[in-house]
Amino acid sequence: MIEARGLVKRYGSTMAVNDLSFCIRPGLVTGFLGPNGAGKTTTMRMILGLDAPTQGSVTVGGRSYRDLPAPMREVGALLDAKAVHGGRRARDHLLCLAQSNGIPRRRVEEVLRIVGLENVARRRTKGFSMGMSQRLGIASALLGDPAVLMFDEPVNGLDPDGIHWVRTLMRSLAAEGRTVLVSSHLMSEMALTADHLLVIGKGRLIADTSVEEFTRSSSQRSVHVRSPQAAELAARVRDAGATVRAGSTSPAATAPAPGGAGTAPDVIEITGMDSAEVGELAAAHGIVLFELVPAKASLEEAFMELTRDSVEYQAAGATR
Amino acid sequence: MTAATIAPAGPDHRAAFPAATFGDALRSEWTKLRSVRSTFWALAMTVVLGIGLGAAISAATAHGYANSSASGKLSWDPTAVSLDGMAIASLAIAVLGVLCISSEYSSGMIRASLIAVPKRGRVLAAKSLVFAAVTFVVGEVTSFAAFFVGQALIDGHAPHAALGDPGVARAVAGAGLTLTALAVLSVAAGTLLRHPAAAIAAMIAVLFVLPGIAQALPDSWRNPVTEFWPTLAGGQLANVYISPHTLQPWPGFGVMCLFTAIVYAIAWTLLNRRDA
Repeated sequence: MIEARGLVKRYGSTMAVNDLSFCIRPGLVTGFLGPNGAGKTTTMRMILGLDAPTQGSVTVGGRSYRDLPAPMREVGALLDAKAVHGGRRARDHLLCLAQSNGIPRRRVEEVLRIVGLENVARRRTKGFSMGMSQRLGIASALLGDPAVLMFDEPVNGLDPDGIHWVRTLMRSLAAEGRTVLVSSHLMSEMALTADHLLVIGKGRLIADTSVEEFTRSSSQRSVHVRSPQAAELAARVRDAGATVRAGSTSPAATAPAPGGAGTAPDVIEITGMDSAEVGELAAAHGIVLFELVPAKASLEEAFMELTRDSVEYQAAGATR
Repeated sequence: MTAATIAPAGPDHRAAFPAATFGDALRSEWTKLRSVRSTFWALAMTVVLGIGLGAAISAATAHGYANSSASGKLSWDPTAVSLDGMAIASLAIAVLGVLCISSEYSSGMIRASLIAVPKRGRVLAAKSLVFAAVTFVVGEVTSFAAFFVGQALIDGHAPHAALGDPGVARAVAGAGLTLTALAVLSVAAGTLLRHPAAAIAAMIAVLFVLPGIAQALPDSWRNPVTEFWPTLAGGQLANVYISPHTLQPWPGFGVMCLFTAIVYAIAWTLLNRRDA
């Protein structure tokens, strides 16, 4: 159980994390999602006591991290897999961490086996591939057999086998009743791993919802409409409480505009109303519709839609 | 599959294990220190430089003794001469001391260390204690070896010292003690500056460059500076002959310890206050 209340982190004039409150529950894989620079790592660092919050507080199992009597027995964390002393052998790296929390030496051998690094335990870590480093980082998180696990982008640099392995591991850790927090900037990855989502952008909480709910709400509420009377329909739809924005592309093949030049129908995207409701509303007001398509937004699209306004770094000319 | 070997976490998980102790942190830091190659090389350098340079300096100055001036003969300190190599060897200890924490910053390992032991003062205390203990053992072995080798080379060319002579045992043991104080100072400097290159440069400045510059000052400035310069004052502990404008051995060592304590306190405070 991780609880944050009004968490704020300010670096100079930059708000890295802005009034974040959440509760991460045991028994689930919680996906911590946001574009690069959204504040995921900063939030994790505050949970782990590496950064002091400017305001607010965060507790793990009811205590602030710095007050945990044996932190590794309660929280296992992987922040940056490459953040190890390259001159140290993998086994010694794990051993020095284990010793600091009074964890017995045999546990080092156990976690080496769990992550499949037992054959390279004597190698110095500077020769490790990204995938091996990720496994070593996961091994160190598992050392204390903790009830809370946090992984920052754990599948970065892993091959498909490794990704599958991490997914299975996360799921089984959660199934054992542990609290699992996994950050990612890839929605598609989270769709396969997470039960619950915590979406942030520019340091603010955008969504705190189950993956199921997230998918349903985002795919239900978007309707693509093409109509020569789009402006009128938009006004009616707004009156009915839904939101409208100008659509740019048609999901159907672009047909030649009927009615000749100058009367090209407008395309709008309606959210907050399903296609049946839009159709009925149009019929009631005698509005002609050329296209009425419930947009089956993928999770990826839903996520990009949600975070579009909060992407920190955007390539010039990016369409979304 | 493999995950099945992980025991499930119970509800009263926290009561089921003992709290981490300072002893745990000491064991951890000992593992860290012994598991990197730079430790071995730096300590080997300390021994080789301390004994080898001491022997070379002893032999050279003993041969020049006959031709030296009366005042030179008066201030002849065979103990200090045989321990001269320790001053250069101290560079290896300073570099290793700086590296044992700043390399954690440059590699990012410090985050793993502070996640494992969020009581940061404990990390610093354990690290300094382990490194100081190792330096003390290596330093004492080196200084006693350098003393005996040096005296054997001086013997026959100039008056030599024996361990039973007044102040000699203190000076030989003192060379190891000064090195130990320097070890703690280096760890503190590494913690304070975090960047290996910056911290090593700072230590070289404190050890060699600034005392060298002080030599160029006019007497009225130079004497008080060299008298109280921490590393020079600390070095007094390894001298038997006390020249003018220098502190007595123990007060001199006290100045160095005080300086180390101040730097250490600043490092401690910043370590706790800064984001890691």
